[in-house]
This record gives sequence, structure tokens and C-alpha cells, in this order.
Amino acid sequence: MALSGRRLRVIVAKPGLDGHDRGAKIIARALRDAGFEVVYTGLHQTPEMIAEAAVQEDADAVGLSILSGAHLTLFPAVIDELRRRGGGDIVVFGGGIIPESDVAPLRAAGVAGIFTPGATTQEIVDWVKTNVRPRGG
Amino acid sequence: MSKPEREVRPTGQEAERSVRFSTVSDMEVEPLYTAEDLPGGAEERIGLPGEFPYTRGVYPSMYRGRLWTMRQFAGFGTAEDTNARFRFLLDHGQTGLSTAFDMPTLMGYDADHPRAQGEVGREGVAVSSLVDMRALFAGIQLDRVTTSMTINCTASVLLAMYLAVAEEQGVPWTALGGTIQNDMLKEFIAQKEWICPPEPSLRIMIDMMEFCSREVPRWHPVSISGYHIREAGSTAVQELAFTIADGITYVEAALKRGLSIDAFAPRLSFFFNLHNDFLEEVAKLRAARRLWATIMRDRFGARDPRSLRLRTHAQTAGVSLTAQQPLNNVVRVTVQALAGILGGVQSLHTNSLDETLALPSEQAVMVALRTQQILAEESGVTNTIDPLGGSWAVEALTDRIEAEARTYLARIDELGGMVRAIEAGYPQREIAEAAYRYQQQIEQGEKTVVGVNRHQVPEERPPDLLRVPLDLEGRQVDRVRRVKRERNGTAAREALARVRAAAESGENLMPPLVAAVRALTTVGEIADVYREVFGVYRDPAWL
Repeated sequence: MALSGRRLRVIVAKPGLDGHDRGAKIIARALRDAGFEVVYTGLHQTPEMIAEAAVQEDADAVGLSILSGAHLTLFPAVIDELRRRGGGDIVVFGGGIIPESDVAPLRAAGVAGIFTPGATTQEIVDWVKTNVRPRGG
Repeated sequence: MSKPEREVRPTGQEAERSVRFSTVSDMEVEPLYTAEDLPGGAEERIGLPGEFPYTRGVYPSMYRGRLWTMRQFAGFGTAEDTNARFRFLLDHGQTGLSTAFDMPTLMGYDADHPRAQGEVGREGVAVSSLVDMRALFAGIQLDRVTTSMTINCTASVLLAMYLAVAEEQGVPWTALGGTIQNDMLKEFIAQKEWICPPEPSLRIMIDMMEFCSREVPRWHPVSISGYHIREAGSTAVQELAFTIADGITYVEAALKRGLSIDAFAPRLSFFFNLHNDFLEEVAKLRAARRLWATIMRDRFGARDPRSLRLRTHAQTAGVSLTAQQPLNNVVRVTVQALAGILGGVQSLHTNSLDETLALPSEQAVMVALRTQQILAEESGVTNTIDPLGGSWAVEALTDRIEAEARTYLARIDELGGMVRAIEAGYPQREIAEAAYRYQQQIEQGEKTVVGVNRHQVPEERPPDLLRVPLDLEGRQVDRVRRVKRERNGTAAREALARVRAAAESGENLMPPLVAAVRALTTVGEIADVYREVFGVYRDPAWL
């Protein structure tokens, strides 16, 4: 982080209509406590809104949380919208109620990290440290 | 609550394990409770079942008179899919229905709205119009079951649809029994499903309470819910305090509307969470009854005993289930359900073991229902009324939870009531703080979750889950579009205009809503009227 001269910036977002924000808020806070710059979008975001925020905020990564089962539709939609805005290199990771059989299709769609029930905040912080680099640096 | 120093501690001489002895809500507990832990007036505070302050239960005979209602929450896919699950549950001895709607229905979008994409029928049943509602209850006589509907910001529309279906079945509204959740304040606090801001949301709720007290007298127009507050990460005390504070707000709003307390208070019902900490949960339910009875009598002057009784549904804590070693969830659910029963609930949902990964499979739902039946029919705990009453530990915990909840209630009063407190983000922040603290305690090993931070085994995640096919969405989209195409367009437009006029004038919304759903206007169209007239609430996104 020190090399780039700035802290990594992560957008934590809740796509879709699902209101379960306990996990997203805990992750946002844990990432902030770990020294990242965190922007939390709040609830009920469309993929367009999330991608727009990520590009505007010059984010290095986007963390998505969804517990309503709509991940197969909404995670890839966020990635598409990021690419459309020139943010295809922004690392996307996510978590929620994601059955094992959905993991491979999500990876194929470009979701770099997938966290399922029981994942600790430390695991997620470590993953971000390892897998996210400042963009365009 | 501070405890007096004692000269002789009953224990403490022997070495104890070096852990913090605290509840799941992080309340430290004493090694032993004795009569000294119950200060003066204990007999009055505890009382008898069916008598003020109802600590020991709302009815004199409790489960010897009638068992609790076994009410498993169900809903997925199309109305036909859920109708089949309802019949499966009724065939296996369930005694009441409980409907889960999908996110678009809960948030006021039709299946064909862009924001519904990916969400249709996924974690509840998709209902866009009366056509879906008819299919949902096909073959089920609405005067033979009681139905619970978990829906809030669009509750007024779904209640109108239920009334319209009853009418079509020839069932008079006076014969309908059931509950609609319709608790908007806890939406802003915890569950986060909303359309318009708190004040107009409250107005729609009171319209429903007023209408039901006149036209649907056996219906519970609100279920004041702590469940979601707890799921969002609150402590047991916060769950209790915020729920009671929400209830106080509804009572005040209904009184302001001109309803008399004993005309509507008997139809208020509650919904609490059942988490892992057995005694804490039992004590919470007992404290809830005493607190509510006292507030209703002393603050609001209720006289009818039915107004003082806190009758409640309860559900085991979804958040306590683990994806790891999922069979262990059956044990958790059993302990939680037992806490509910010994805490004196009127209705119970037991979660299924596979719910951390998907909607429950039929087999998992069956085990969950059987858990209740085994507790009811084999365990013997229903033979004696409130068997834990008078336990020093339980009574002391009940006193303490009540006292701590009262401290929160006083704080909320200072802030100007729950609506102002929500606008200031007070309960939301308290809950987020508790949730973060609990997560840290798990990660630091201070609190144990078996299979997650202790006693782990290497395991594969199960492949055998209920899947909602992705093509369902297309079918539901076609269905709502066909309804909009084939209905009498003029009648639908006029009916919507009458809803708008009532929304603007302050006239009770329910009569024009019933007419509007009969004219096949949709959940999304009516929600759009609410959005236009009342404005849209946005998440303040506090961290």
C-alpha cells in the first residue's frame, strides 16, 4: 500500500432489493479497521449505480453482499457495468448465501473472491491484501 | 443491575474454568442465584398464568388448554409452487399458514420491473396481482385456516388481495383469522424493506388497524416484531426494548387517530426471535409480557385484560444456523424452540437445517415440523404451566432484562419517540455496534460457534438443495404482463385514481385498495402511487 502512495479503496455494496445489511456493514467496518479506505453504498443499489460509484470513486475493488439468492444475476451484471465504464480491472469479490454449485459460474463471470457463511472478517481482509492492487499504478 | 455484596457466597471457593460466563448477548451471569436475587415484591411481579402482569403466561391453562400454533413460514417460486408446499404442510399436521413473499413483492415491484431482475420467486412467492393471490390459496378455505403474511411496506395491498380472495370464496371477512406483519418501524431499524418515509408508512399502518378493527375483527393488523432486529445483530435486551418502543409508537398513533385503546389493543400481536442462549430467551419472553402489560395499563389506561396480554409468535434464530455440519442445526433449533415453549409463545416457526444455503428442502421442513411435534407430544414440557416460573435464575434474569429494556425505553422517550430515534439513526447504530462486537468475539474465540470456530471437521458442502429454476422469472413476467393487457384498462385506471385520491386526502386507504386489486391493478402500480404521493425513502447507509 505504501508503494502506491495511497491506501486501497474498496466499495462495499448491496445490489438488488435484499435488505440484509448486517454482513456488509461488518465487512465494511473490518476493512476500514484494517486500514483500507471504504465507501459503503447503502441498500437497494442497481448494478449501474454500483459500477458508477466504483468508477467515480476510483475504487480498486468492489465487495458485493447479497442474501436473497439473486447473486447469479446481479454479480455478473455489476461486472458488465464496470467493463462498460472502463472499470473492467476493478477487482470484484462477494459473499452471501451462495450454494457450492453457484461458485464456478460466478468465478467464470469474473468474481475473483467468493465468501460463504462462516467466513471470518480476517479471511476477507487477508484476501483483499493479497489480491487487490492499486489500479493504473 | 448491581448486586449487593454478600458475606457468604454460595460458591466461588472452587476454581472455575477461565472463561467469561456471559450470555450470547454478552450479559455476564452469576454463578448461582438464590432467593436473595429476588428483591421485594417478587410474588407480585411473577404472579399467576393468565393474570396481570402475565409474567407466567397470557392464559391460565397455557398448553394444557391449547398447544401453540405450529406455523412454518413457506414461499418460493410461483403461487402454484407455494400452494403445493402449503398443502404438504397442512397434510402433515401443521395448524396455520405462513407466507413468505419474494423481494419484488415485498418492495413493491411487479415481476416485470427492471429492479425485480434476478429476484422473482427466489426467496418467497411472487405475487403481482390478484390472479397470483387466487392461485396461492386455491383449494384452501380461508375460514378453515389462519394465515400469517410476512409483508410490510406493501402489506396494505396484500391484505386487500386476501380480502378479495375471501370474498370470491364466499367467506365473510368477519370469519378471517390471521396476522399481517405490517410493522414498518422495524423495517427502518432492521429488515430494511420500505417504500416511503416513516411518517406516511405509519399512516398506512394505522389505516389498516382502523379498517380491521371495524371490518375484519379477528385479524391481527400488525405483528410487532423483534425477530429481524435480533437477526440484524442486536442483543436480547435491544430486541425487547426496540420492539416495545415500536409498539408504543403504534398505540400512540392509533389513539391520535381517535381509536379507543381497548378497541384495537387486543388485536396487537408480537413476534420474537429465539436465539441460542436458553435462559436468556426464556427470561426475555417473560419480561416482554410483564413490560407490555404494565405499559398498556399504566401509560395508556387499557382496562380490557385482552389489551394487556402480549401474545406472540416466535421463530428460531436464522442467524444462529451454520453452513458447517448442518445436521447440528437440528439441535440448535430444538433448544431454541424449547426456550420458546418454556417462554410461553402462542405460535412457533422452527427453522430448517439447510437454510444457510438455500430455501429449505421438503425433508428439512419435515424435520423442523417434527421437532415441534416431538416437543409438544413426547417431551412432557407441556404438562405443567410455566415450569420454570419461580426459578431464582430465571426470575432474576427476567427482572434484569426488563430493567435494562426500561433504560432503553427512557432513552428513546428522551429522543422524542421511536420515529425521531430512527431518523437520528439511534437504534440502527446500537444494533450495528452489537453485531460487530459479536463477530469479533467469535473471531477471537471468546464466543463459540460449534463447527465454525471450534470442533471443525473438513467437509464438503451439500449439493442437495432446493433450487428455484431461473426460467421461472420469465414465466412470472409473462403472467403479470398478460394480466395488465387483458384486464379492463379503464376500470384499472379509475381504481388507481381512487387510491391516489385517498392517499392525498387522508381518507382510509383500505376500501379503495380492495376495489383496486379487484380491478386487477398490481402491487407495483399501487406502490408507484405511494412513491408519487408519499415520496421514496433512501438508506442513510450508516456504518
